[in-house]
Amino acid sequence: MKNLTMKTTAFLVALVMMAAAFTGCKSEPKDDAVKAAVETALLANPHIAGASVMVEKGVATLSGQVPDDATKADIDKTVAAIPGVKSIVNNIAVVADTPSVAVAATDMLSNAVKDATKDFPTVTATVNDGVITLKGEIQKTNLQKLMMALNALKPKKIDNSQLVIK
Amino acid sequence: MALQEKYKELIDTATAQGVNNLNVREQDGILYIDGDAGGSVKQQLWDTYERLDPNYSSGDLVMNINSIAGVTEGSKLKVTTNSSNLNIRSGPSTDADIVGKAARHEVVTLVSKANDQWWEIKTDDGEAGYSYTQYLTPL
Repeated sequence: MKNLTMKTTAFLVALVMMAAAFTGCKSEPKDDAVKAAVETALLANPHIAGASVMVEKGVATLSGQVPDDATKADIDKTVAAIPGVKSIVNNIAVVADTPSVAVAATDMLSNAVKDATKDFPTVTATVNDGVITLKGEIQKTNLQKLMMALNALKPKKIDNSQLVIK
Repeated sequence: MALQEKYKELIDTATAQGVNNLNVREQDGILYIDGDAGGSVKQQLWDTYERLDPNYSSGDLVMNINSIAGVTEGSKLKVTTNSSNLNIRSGPSTDADIVGKAARHEVVTLVSKANDQWWEIKTDDGEAGYSYTQYLTPL
């Protein structure tokens, strides 16, 4: 009887060890599954840019860019709630929102055009998609000076066909 | 290529006058000519442009001849406004506060170039700030 108990115990120990080994083998796919879940959660957040995640033994390392601390904290909370995530290394950078290059360029061009046309109050200039459109009127003697200034601003095109030249 | 034909005289003049970094390219029906040259060459090219396209009304050329590229810090500049004083501002924009004025034909000193439109200058009276380069002519 005692022998049997010992045998059973040995068998159980072996079983536990096998189970542990088995779980050990399974830990990698599990990290992958957690990674997929975290990725899905990150992609669902419209504020994060360049998001990426690494999961190793339940530790999720996050990187990417968000516009503010609140979004970063939010992501932290969301990821922490995902089953299988034991802890988080949040390397997400907070970078204040900047308009995309194209918008900035239009913005810069608009400001530069405003500066350049300031001394010609009878001229109105609008900027749209890199194209400067001039309206109003201007003295012929001032036209070259205005055109020189506007051409230097690297516009896509200058349309002065509606500008009355006196 | 049609535009390079239309403005051939302009391109030839720019080449003949040795415009530096001359770059001529055509894209979406517009010809772009860029380069660096002195003030008199710039004037010559603009007069040629105006002759080929009266009042620049075709909207098919963007010509940026930079006559101020070679101007270095510490250079003397003459205020060449039409008649008024030149505003000196706290920053490189007409939105910035006016912190001083330079008289027409006054000579000022270039401190630094914020960009091609705005330069930081100082007057002999010690007024300092940003002015619009269109009204500054290198001596």
